[in-house]
Amino acid sequence: MAVTYGLAPAPDLSAFLKQAPDAKPRLDLLVVGARCAGCLGKIERETAALAGVEAARLNLTTGKLTVTFSDAAAADPGAVIATLSGLGYAASPYDPGLAAQALDREGRRLVLCLAVAAFGAMNTMMFSVPLWAGLFGQELGPATRVVMQWWCALVATPCVLYAGRPFFESAWRSLRVARANMDVPISVGVLLTLAISFSETILRGRDTYFDAAVSLLFLLLIGRWLDHQLKSRARSAAADLLALQAPSAVVLGPDGVEHRRPIGEVAVGDLLVVRPGERVPVDGLVESGFAELDTSLLTGETHTLDARPGQVCRAGALNLSGVLRLQALARSEDSAVAAIARLVEAGAQSKSKYVQLADRAAQIYVPVVHSAAALTFAANYILGLGVREALLRGVAVLIITCPCALGLAVPAVQVAASARLFRRGVLVKSGAALERLAEVDHVVFDKTGVLTEGRPELIDGPPSAVALAAPLARASGHPLAKSLAAGAGPGPMALDVVEHPGLGVEGLIDGRRARLGRAEFVGVTGSQVRETELWFGFEGDSKVRFSFSDRLRRDAAETVAALKAMGLTVEVLSGDTPTAVALAADAAGVSRRRGGLSPMGKADIVDALQAAGHKVLMVGDGLNDTAALARAHAAMAPGSALDASQNAADLVFSGEQLGAVVEALKVARRTRRLALQNFGFAAAYNAVAAPAAMLGLVNPFLAALAMSGSSLVVTLNALRLRSAK
Amino acid sequence: MNIFMMLAPMSVFLGLIGVGAFWWTLRHGQYDDPAGDAARILLDDPDDRPL
Repeated sequence: MAVTYGLAPAPDLSAFLKQAPDAKPRLDLLVVGARCAGCLGKIERETAALAGVEAARLNLTTGKLTVTFSDAAAADPGAVIATLSGLGYAASPYDPGLAAQALDREGRRLVLCLAVAAFGAMNTMMFSVPLWAGLFGQELGPATRVVMQWWCALVATPCVLYAGRPFFESAWRSLRVARANMDVPISVGVLLTLAISFSETILRGRDTYFDAAVSLLFLLLIGRWLDHQLKSRARSAAADLLALQAPSAVVLGPDGVEHRRPIGEVAVGDLLVVRPGERVPVDGLVESGFAELDTSLLTGETHTLDARPGQVCRAGALNLSGVLRLQALARSEDSAVAAIARLVEAGAQSKSKYVQLADRAAQIYVPVVHSAAALTFAANYILGLGVREALLRGVAVLIITCPCALGLAVPAVQVAASARLFRRGVLVKSGAALERLAEVDHVVFDKTGVLTEGRPELIDGPPSAVALAAPLARASGHPLAKSLAAGAGPGPMALDVVEHPGLGVEGLIDGRRARLGRAEFVGVTGSQVRETELWFGFEGDSKVRFSFSDRLRRDAAETVAALKAMGLTVEVLSGDTPTAVALAADAAGVSRRRGGLSPMGKADIVDALQAAGHKVLMVGDGLNDTAALARAHAAMAPGSALDASQNAADLVFSGEQLGAVVEALKVARRTRRLALQNFGFAAAYNAVAAPAAMLGLVNPFLAALAMSGSSLVVTLNALRLRSAK
Repeated sequence: MNIFMMLAPMSVFLGLIGVGAFWWTLRHGQYDDPAGDAARILLDDPDDRPL
């Protein structure tokens, strides 16, 4: 469907200028499409050359351009956006918002904890090497050993207390509500290790584990940070989508001046102006103007509706031709769209009940580790080992079974997977989405805008007439005319062109008056065809008809075949007429299809499939798909979809290629396989290491080595995802 | 052993300088745009100050 990137230049963009009390006014813009050093240099150079602009700085990672103006009077945000679009980049004002900043602070804190843990681990190791060496015969003198131990304690204690806070805080939060999450064994293990090592040092014993405590934190923090990166990238991507499509409405004030307002501030009775290319913001009654409305995102139907005075337009319809003046009939929350939004919310709630792989493993893992450690302590104590020795063995079990596979492996695999999909133009909203996607066995496609390109293409009309009508078509902004002009290629434009909103265009071609548009406008009576069509004729001459159809995406058939080869069932559900659906489905090679469905109908079919035990992937773009998207086990939406659909989807893919669906499924399945491999490895490792620790066969050197080694293996396994084809 | 008594605190001190330097770069936003920093080196008049 119509690409929603980039807002039409609003009349009052200066509202987006931000001015701190003692700083220059600045403008934050989100720039789409900047990828390389060339783009970066071009954008910064051209923007900085504008009058009134002091500096321009593009962040290539986030795609945000910050423009600083010399003073508020000289600031012209419109010129900046115009310059960018002249360079070929869509840009729109962006409000960074408080939530994103808070998230960033959390990320910085994790990185700092990581740095402190790294420092602690390296320096503690340095003092531990002589201690370990002592274990292999070259006995240190007792005095030297104690000095080394105290140095370890001095470095490790503050580092553990500082760098461990993310785990301690999370463990405390969960303990207060009488739960145990993964951070509880980590915190207990680390703190007990520290305490025991201290008492060993004081009692002149030799079993200190300072190095193990710090390096354990270091490895776990890597996992925690990767997890955080994944979440914040997904969240900021979702926020970018919202910022790009910030729904606003043009309200006509009593003084006749137009104001652009957030959609939530539109009141019943307000006069709204909807220009061609804009969406109807709320349900409204047409006061004046004629236009054609594209409701395909609302209903899935491809033919257009007419809007004329006295008629009601539903929110979400796209205005294709004339300027409409509407009287708002409902507020945004009460518009027809809102009912669908509520369905989406219900779906999102049911999805949040999904338990992620790592959490499911933790539910089994945490009690097992705790009871194993407690059992080791109790058994060794009863067998007459003394409190100190028994406690030491209990802690060794806690350390050696450190949940590295859970804390590190799963985030590492998911980060690698989402980075890979990101390069392919697929945006993953969460790790859970990838896991759900991997379980899918049934794929449901919407037709309009998903299987098809969602754009009308000329399918029938005399070729000679195409060239004749092209000059007039080039002068019009109507999608059908544009498609006709594109078919004819470049050429002259008609003169003296008048556009009749909702009817067509009229102008002079080679000195002859001609019309292009609806049948009755051109002078044809009795045309009963329900297809999308355009008529053309010179004054007093015979008329010709062009018909248009929505073309299948180029790789639709290929994609369907690939999905079937992967063992998935493919189905098409559409709101369009059954004949149109059958046509597209046959071309794509899908035998299971249904047309004429209501939004609820789609959601019900998805529900029924899932009740029968299938896991459904819904791919849809329209408002009529959002309920089904939210109900389905996993959901994908193209980047051209409505924001409501993109919100309901787990993954958003950009570009013309439907093959992104296949790629996403493959990567998701591989991610799951690698995560399970890691769990398998961790289980095998624990099966060997835990009994050894219980029997007291593990010294500090072996404990640290085994734990780091297992983390490394698991991380390297995750990285295999990057190289695999 | 005397040399050790000097080297041990020195190595810890040097490590602390490293952590401090890292903290400073983090505070000044030097990791905010890794992709941009990689690309900027290719420009003719690179402006590589962190934002």
